Amino acid sequence: MSSVDFSWLIGGPQGSGVESGANIFSRVCAEMGYQVFGKREFYSNIKGEHSYFTVRIADKKIHSNVNAVNLMASFDAETIFRHYDEVISGGGIIYDSDIVETKTDAVHTLDAPFKERLHKELESKNKPFTVAGVLEIAKEKGVLLFPVSFKSVLLTLSEETENPRLKGLIRMYNVIGVSLSLGLVKMPTDSLQKTINNIFSKKPEIAKINQQTATYSYNYAAAKFENFNYTLSGTQKEPGTLLVQGFQGTALGKMACGCRFQPYYPITPASDESVYLESNEILEIIGDRPGSTAVIQTEDEISAMGMTIGGALTGTRSATCTSGPGFALMTEMLGWAGINEVPIVITAYQRSGPSTGLPTRHGQDDLLFTVFAGHGDFPKIVYASGEIEESFYDTGNCFNYADTFQVPVIHMMDKFHASSVITCKRFDTEKISIDRGKLLEKVEYGYRRFEFTEDGISPRSRLGMDNGIFWDTGDESDEMGHITEDPYLRVKMMDKRMSRLDLILKQIPENEQLVSFGIEDFTIISWGSTIGPVRDALDMLKKDGINIGLIQLKLMHPFPAEYVTSLLKDATTIIDVEANHSGQLGKIFKQNTGRDVDYHVLKYTGRAMTSTEVYDALKKIVENKAEKREVLMHGA
Amino acid sequence: MALKPAEFKTDVHNDWCPGCGDFGIVNAIQMALADMGVQRDKTAIFSGIGCSGKTSHYINTYGVHTLHGRVLTFAQGAKIANPEMTVVAVGGDGDGLGIGAGHFVAAGRRNVNMTYIIFDNGVYGLTKGQASPTLKLGEKTKSLPSPNTNSNVNPIGLAIASGFTFVARGYSYDVRHLKDLIVQAVKHPGLSFLDVLQPCPTYNDLNTRDWYAGKDLMDEAQKRHSRIYKLEETGYEPTVHYDSEVETNEKLSQALIKSLEWGNKIPTGVFYKNANTTPYTVRLQDKIPNYVENPPAKQNISKDGFSNTDISKILDSLEV
Repeated sequence: MSSVDFSWLIGGPQGSGVESGANIFSRVCAEMGYQVFGKREFYSNIKGEHSYFTVRIADKKIHSNVNAVNLMASFDAETIFRHYDEVISGGGIIYDSDIVETKTDAVHTLDAPFKERLHKELESKNKPFTVAGVLEIAKEKGVLLFPVSFKSVLLTLSEETENPRLKGLIRMYNVIGVSLSLGLVKMPTDSLQKTINNIFSKKPEIAKINQQTATYSYNYAAAKFENFNYTLSGTQKEPGTLLVQGFQGTALGKMACGCRFQPYYPITPASDESVYLESNEILEIIGDRPGSTAVIQTEDEISAMGMTIGGALTGTRSATCTSGPGFALMTEMLGWAGINEVPIVITAYQRSGPSTGLPTRHGQDDLLFTVFAGHGDFPKIVYASGEIEESFYDTGNCFNYADTFQVPVIHMMDKFHASSVITCKRFDTEKISIDRGKLLEKVEYGYRRFEFTEDGISPRSRLGMDNGIFWDTGDESDEMGHITEDPYLRVKMMDKRMSRLDLILKQIPENEQLVSFGIEDFTIISWGSTIGPVRDALDMLKKDGINIGLIQLKLMHPFPAEYVTSLLKDATTIIDVEANHSGQLGKIFKQNTGRDVDYHVLKYTGRAMTSTEVYDALKKIVENKAEKREVLMHGA
Repeated sequence: MALKPAEFKTDVHNDWCPGCGDFGIVNAIQMALADMGVQRDKTAIFSGIGCSGKTSHYINTYGVHTLHGRVLTFAQGAKIANPEMTVVAVGGDGDGLGIGAGHFVAAGRRNVNMTYIIFDNGVYGLTKGQASPTLKLGEKTKSLPSPNTNSNVNPIGLAIASGFTFVARGYSYDVRHLKDLIVQAVKHPGLSFLDVLQPCPTYNDLNTRDWYAGKDLMDEAQKRHSRIYKLEETGYEPTVHYDSEVETNEKLSQALIKSLEWGNKIPTGVFYKNANTTPYTVRLQDKIPNYVENPPAKQNISKDGFSNTDISKILDSLEV
């Protein structure tokens, strides 16, 4: 077998263990040396609505999901209705044979617009509105069907193990689904045992039941089903590989770079980061007593931001973490941090807006908002991470920028990051440098917080420092920090603060401002999590002999206009790829460089792009068959 | 050596209206700080927006003039990050009980060891006299086009209901008494609240200095009947002595009833005081044992310009 590139999908009602099923599958694959790229999709709902997890594995580095599903593990009807058409010819569907007669109308969580589309499709193919109906379509396409009575599996198991509780334990359906899948592809079984033991290491009783269920289901599939086209026997594991979820990159980055204060208010998809920080609040410090992160749940995002600023004034590296609606509440204070030159980091996990929008879905909707956030002119940095691995190191950089330039830094992440689970190289804390800029360790007499200096940045005292007394105010102020309305002083102060934007562009190294993956006639500009699907799409195009360039923007504000312009001088066609409606990066690009982008590839369904659909759109563009605005739609 | 009140003054020009009640409050704060012998650079005054917001500029300690309604958020953040600071937050009644009411309530639940002083004058002075949250329903101060259509907030009652563990009221023209209250409030181990009645001579023509002094209540013999009286002179006992639910509820109820008194008799002094409720510091210490010795602001986060945090155990757990 040549290279492995295999996509597995598991779905089910929220609360039925889809996520833990995917966790087991991902861990097993990672354990067997494969690279993993998994992504979770879910409704804004606690229990009952449909959620699914797509895990793509390969024996080379991957950065995204693809459209094609090779194997689907389902244990309810809805998953089959919603995803049967994603499974490709030669792929397989594992399903519960007890539910084939389930009608679409019996699944109350199928929403009307979806049902209408599905019925139309079934009608056109002359199929009944049942699970059996859609499975027939799949079968006709060449999909292999693997029926299993989940109820009988539990029944047999319960008899074999003399454990009557197992009989009705539908909580085990996810483990059955995963183990059937692994048995089907003949994944070496010891990795499954090991993973289950690891996951349930603190609950030996539960581990045992899961173990028995897994082994039984694995053997069941291996014995009963043959002729599946895919065998996953494992590959060389790279030492030092992590399996991480998106929010862990920024959270671990914060721990490593000395962020010790994080007030926050719960919001999807941002709060996972804060909860993770709090779960690991006590920190080991090399050669010193333990450190800690004070994570404070506040009454709202305004308070989170106010506390963050208050913490930063004491010299503590302070941050908050939020999403679009929460950031909207913080913007008045962002200006306060700007005029008072307070270094803070706001980690912004974007989701789909406007307003509440699609609260659990992906979107890169807030670029323009963050760049222009706050009333009045003040300097700030907007910085965007592309991939999860990067976000660890970027977090460290963001704090250094904040301290060095004494500005608020908005670190852009998004929902695609937050709910992706990937393999990557172990984070290297030794690469996290700490630069506190002009933060003082000691103050002599006559201190002036906003003293005019050559580079426009004043030495910074902190609350509680001997002789370091200063005043802050949201009003325009003099060098001491007292209110002034003097027109001359006003201009000097404005110029002092705003001069920082040029300084930022001058001092942040070019390779931190953007990443160039090569410039070609056709060159893409993109940012954030969209970089992953774009990179994979470019690899696919390369195999077709098509070379497209790519610039990943990271420093979104101040925009590195000159650098970008010079890089793109030989590119004849600029393609903007991002996950929002209006092509926000394209707008900023034009505003700063004067150049229009030629094509937009956009997606705002709330689902992340797959590399397949990016590939398709780019190919159309190269073949001159594309609209100026290509809108992507893939994904349930 | 202890500093004199004058050493807590800045040379910033004070632009409050002549006769403003705010002068009494800022003087009382400076006297209280001197009295307690606090170190100037271990003290921070946080202020909101409006006339009272300028207070931080007039006091020679760290001064943080924040945003309308948000002063408690900044102040709590600083105090949690650096618990060795003495933190006093100040602001108007519109600031704290209107736009900032949510933070007021939430702060009570947290019980961070600091003091909040509200300059309570019933009007939004700096925007030319609109009705503020403590103005009574149907009252019409000078610049209102028509009588107030909202009922008032009861600041003392709200503080008690929200969980403030020290609740008192002062009067800005009784500076000595106010100073004593501030000293008690700052020394209280938990979140303390001071409602300070502060006549606005420009916009509040109802609750004036003369009104508080009870000039309109003078009887024929020309004896004065000040509306203001001191709770401590009436044998009122505000303190919860034991960590018992019965005593706590009794003292809370008593304070709440007392807070409703208004009109011809207005109580000042301490309404409620309970040092048994754990301050936020202790709550954090329960989670983070060395929080007090090694709070966020004191932690050493680097060695030779690089991270000194060892996250290898967490990374090990994520490694496959």
